[in-house]
Formats: sequence, C-alpha cells, structure tokens
Amino acid sequence: MDIHEYQAKELLSSHGVKIAEGGLAYSPEDAVQRAREIGGHLWVVKAQIHSGARGKAGGIKICKTLDEVATAAENLLGKRLVTHQTGSSGKVCSRLYIEAGTEIARELYFSLLVDRSAERIVMVGSSEGGMEIEELAEKNPEAITKIHIEPAVGLQDFQARQMAFALGLDAEILSHAVKTIRGCYRALRAYDGSMLEINPLVVTKSNELIALDAKISFDDNALFRQQKISELRDKSQEDPREMAAADRGLSYVGLDGDIGCMINGAGLAMATMDMIKLAGGEPANFLDVGGGASPERVEKAFRLVLADQNVKAMLVNIFAGINRCDWIAEGVVQAVKKIDMKLPLIVRLSGTNVEEGRRIIADSGLPIITAETLAEAAEKAVQARNQAVSRGGC
Amino acid sequence: MAILINEKTRIIVQGFTGKIGTFHAEDMLKYGSKVVGGVTPGKGGQKHLGLPVFNTVKEAVKETGADASIVFVPPAFAADSIMEAGEAGIKYCVTITDGIPTQDMMKVKNFLLRYPIEKRMVLTGPNCAGTISPGKCMLGIMPGHIYMPGNVGIVGRSGTLGYEAASQMKALGIGVSTSVGIGGDPINGSAHQVILEKFEQDPETKVIMMIGEIGGPQEVEAGIYAKANMKKPVVAYIAGLTAPQGRRMGHAGAIISSAGEGAAEKVAMLKDCGVTICPTPAQMGETIASILAKAG
Repeated sequence: MDIHEYQAKELLSSHGVKIAEGGLAYSPEDAVQRAREIGGHLWVVKAQIHSGARGKAGGIKICKTLDEVATAAENLLGKRLVTHQTGSSGKVCSRLYIEAGTEIARELYFSLLVDRSAERIVMVGSSEGGMEIEELAEKNPEAITKIHIEPAVGLQDFQARQMAFALGLDAEILSHAVKTIRGCYRALRAYDGSMLEINPLVVTKSNELIALDAKISFDDNALFRQQKISELRDKSQEDPREMAAADRGLSYVGLDGDIGCMINGAGLAMATMDMIKLAGGEPANFLDVGGGASPERVEKAFRLVLADQNVKAMLVNIFAGINRCDWIAEGVVQAVKKIDMKLPLIVRLSGTNVEEGRRIIADSGLPIITAETLAEAAEKAVQARNQAVSRGGC
Repeated sequence: MAILINEKTRIIVQGFTGKIGTFHAEDMLKYGSKVVGGVTPGKGGQKHLGLPVFNTVKEAVKETGADASIVFVPPAFAADSIMEAGEAGIKYCVTITDGIPTQDMMKVKNFLLRYPIEKRMVLTGPNCAGTISPGKCMLGIMPGHIYMPGNVGIVGRSGTLGYEAASQMKALGIGVSTSVGIGGDPINGSAHQVILEKFEQDPETKVIMMIGEIGGPQEVEAGIYAKANMKKPVVAYIAGLTAPQGRRMGHAGAIISSAGEGAAEKVAMLKDCGVTICPTPAQMGETIASILAKAG
C-alpha cells in the first residue's frame, strides 16, 4: 500500500525528521489560506498522487504570489496526471500540499528498502540527489552507498554516521543527520514499511537537513497489525477493478489486451498469459481465483473480467489441487447462465475430479469451447478472439 | 533417495485442529505420509484424526520422534510457529501459510541462523504448495496423484505451475524424484539455489526443472550457482513475460521492481549460465524429455 507525500511527511516528522512547513488543501481557497498561514514569499503547490516523478508531469508548481498559488491550485485539482509510474490512464489529483519554499544548497538521495538477496533492510544514499536512483545506478554507480542493517540489533549510530559522511554532510549537522536517518529506520520498522524514499533530502542554505519529498510503501501482508496506516489509504488512487477484486478475495490486475482470464494460482496465471501472447493474443487481465473457489467466487470473477469492455473472449484455466474441477465447472456453468454471457468462452480443466468437471461442462448444453492442454487452451482462445473481432467488423 | 522427505519422514502438523490443517492432514495420511500428530497450543492431550495433539512442538518431537513439520497457522502467528519448530529440533519445515509479513520472515531467517548449519532447520515456503517425493511422502497440499515417481527434480515458486509441469511429464511417462515448492513471497525459507544443491547430491535425481517467475534475484543466483557447481542439467521456465513493471502479479514477490527482474532479462541471464530454457509453459514436459534422452 502507498500513501501520499503529506502523510509520509507527517509520519517522518513524528520520528524526528525535519520537514518544511506545509498544509493540506482541497480547493484553491484552502490553498491560499494555507499559503497565508505559512507566510513568506515563496510557496510550492504539490499535487498529491500516488506516484513519483510528479515534477516532470507538471504536478509541482513554484509560486511567488498568492494569486499564483490560487491559479496553480485551480489547474491541478481534478487534473489527471500521467507519469511513467501511473500507467497511461494517470491518477487524479484531489488533494494539494502547500509547502514553504526552501532555499536549497544541495540535493541528496536517501532510501531504505528490503533487499531480497541479503534478506535485510538496506540503507541507500547518494550525494547526487534529485535524479531517480535507477538512472543514477546506471550512470554513476560509485556515487551510491549501500549499508545493510542487521535485523536483530537494528540500525547503529556508526552506520548512520557512515551514511551521513557518504552524503557529504559536515560536522555541524552530523547529529541531526544521525537523528534523521535513525528516525527513518524506526518509522520503516514500526509501520512495516517495505520502502521509504526521500528524494531529495536537501541541505538548505542555512545548513539544515530537510526531507523535501517523502514516499513510503507498506507491506500489504502486515496491514492487519497497522491500523493507523490502513486508515491512510486513499482509494481514489487505486484501480477500482483491482479494489473490487481485493474486496472479493480475488487477485486482479487490469492489462491492455482483450482476452479475459480466470486462472487459479499466480504462477499458472502468469504462464497462461504468456501462452496467450505466444499464440498471438494479448491478455486483458491477470486474475488468480485462488484455492477453494466456490461457485459464488467463480461468478464474481466472471463479472469482474467481463466488466472490462475490451474483453472479446474469455479463457478459464484451472489446475485443481485444493480446488475440485467439478465445483469449478458448476461455478462456470452457473455464471454463464446467470450473467447471460455472449462472448466466446474457453475452458481448460485439469487435476482433481477432472472427468466429472468436463462432464458437467459437456452436459450443460452451453457453447463452451473446451481444451485439454495449456497450449490448446491458449490457441483456441486467440482463435475465438480473432473470429469475434472479424465478425464484429473491427 | 529423493531429497528432504522420504518414506521414513515423520510429520507433525502445526495448526492441526483447524479446518485447513485437518483437511490436508487427512489428505497426507491418505497418500501414505507418516503424520504422527499435531500441535495446537491449549489442546494438548486431545486426540484428532486418531492422532495425539500437543501443546508445544518440543513435546511433540519428544513423544513422536517427528523430524518434519507442516505449518497451517494463520499469517499473524505463523512466524512464531516456524521459530518454535526450529527450536524444537524439527529438521525440515514446510510453511503453507500465505500472507506472512516480510519483517516477520526477516526475523525468522535471522533466528534460524543462531543454529550451526548441521543443526539448522531447513525451511521451504511460506506461501507454497509443499514438497512431495512421489510414492514415498507428501508434505503439502498438492494433488498427489499427478506425480509419478522418477528422476526429475522440480523446484518452483508457484504451486499450480508446478502441477502443470508434473502432469506434462506424467503424460510423457516421466516421473519426479522430489518436487519442492519454495513459495511466492519476497523472503522465503530456501531459495532455488538451496534446493539445487540438494538435487545435485541426490543419486536419484538426473535432471532438474526450475520454475521461476518475475521479481527478485533468486533464479539468476541459482543459475550462477549451477554454472559453477553443478554437473546435472538444469531446465528453467520463467513466468511473467507479459507482466508490466511495478505491478504485483498475485504473489507478494512477483513484482518487477528493478533491472534484471523481468522474465526476458532473467531468461537471458540463465541462458548465459548454461541453463536450458523452456520457451513456453506448455513445453516443460517435452523439454525435460529431450534433456533426459540426451543424458541417457
């Protein structure tokens, strides 16, 4: 789960990380009011969407007058911002963060994340901030410092100092740098964060260390014990279909193709999508219906897949272990009848009670196309899709 | 032979009396696995499925001589159960539970390191289908009947994709020595490489089928290991060719978050390591058949 910049800054601020003065706004009037409260002659109006690279997408405006603040707010609110992280549909901005302008002397990069190879949290820093870390890793890998943290004892002061010196911070702000780094680590551990990134972390002209941006992602598996974090969820930033799926206990990811999929198991789902592509088609979605799929769950999965207007044909691929093919078959037959599905449907069943399952499909009298193997299923799905498209005259 | 489990393996079920634990314990017993009891704290002294229930894993090990365990405990308490098994002298633990927090798994891995390697419990999972040595022992939730005994070792992240591989092989008359599910989480008990090491040592295993997916470094690390240390041929399939960057594909670990984690990149790196690539998931059986024919 992701949260907004202003929420991440609030969390970090409560752990001793310095941030610029700022406030939240839902309207241009709010924005001007916040700017007035902050005072001064320089403000930054920042679109709150769950994505990085907002600056390039025009989501961050520097303003010198209150009129400029109002105009910037007016332009950003309700706007759909597209970055390389949001996908082509972008994300709608409905909240703004108004922040005091900062006089920047230097920009640094700092992050904490789970290193899957070392199975530890790794602290990553660079004195060359502002750039994306992937870009930096490619152009100048020597400029990146990585320090792994021993999970049993946690981050030590000497490690924080090592990082501070690697970031080129001087003795005057060393103790604050250590406090900042320790604060970030404590926040990540306390809230089950999987990634925390401050880019840029800046040294101001008055030699202060400030988190100018902040991004935190949380481990979805740990949300059951992180009520405070769960409450920060902003559903407007998430794909409505994926959310609807999650509410029904299904795992769904919408894609750009037109062959709908319902599969059990994440690995088999990905493999089936790959087969569709290799057979010349494009999958419309990833959908793992999970183990123990009841007829109700199958019906919900069908509705979810078919809610995508692009879908021209649907493929069901089930390898039953905990599931039973006869239950799935019954679910499929019920769903097709209830929804009155008109699109071509290809079903491949394998595993536990497969004969029974195939018999139920055959006896249903429905025009369901069946397949025995994975390859056959993918080929038939692409064929059916092509026929449907040519019949439709598109 | 086989690896990790065989006909002598004595199993206890952690989370024995729950609905899921009960269902799969019955299934394992039906397969012929030696399930000797279970653990549910607070229910010690009772009988379940005709087998003794214990309060602690330590007690269960002492009374039954169990050397393996399978964990069905809910995600919030699973890490604790795994560590309890490790401390009680269980040699091999399969964790089925899906949804364990990453930080809990970091803690578990760190906890297990306190034991010298010869005494350290081997863990596979979480979020996996378990391990099976066909005809000998099933320690998992897979449909046992799709596996035929034989000489191919299977290691994979995904449960159902592992089933697909085993059934494609069975259709061609090819059997399996042991099939190990290592699970779809970002931090798991054993990486592909750990299982490859065991297959290399196993006289029964002739060829290894490695089934990977997008996300994380483990497949490539295994390939580098195989190139340097293995004589037996390794065949690999990597799922997720169509997966977009930054989107989690079901498994918590199946997300392309940095360079080298996409399917195409992993395939290219594995090829460089001399691993035979299975071009499509529909060709796992035939690719293995051709390698077996070459190996004689």
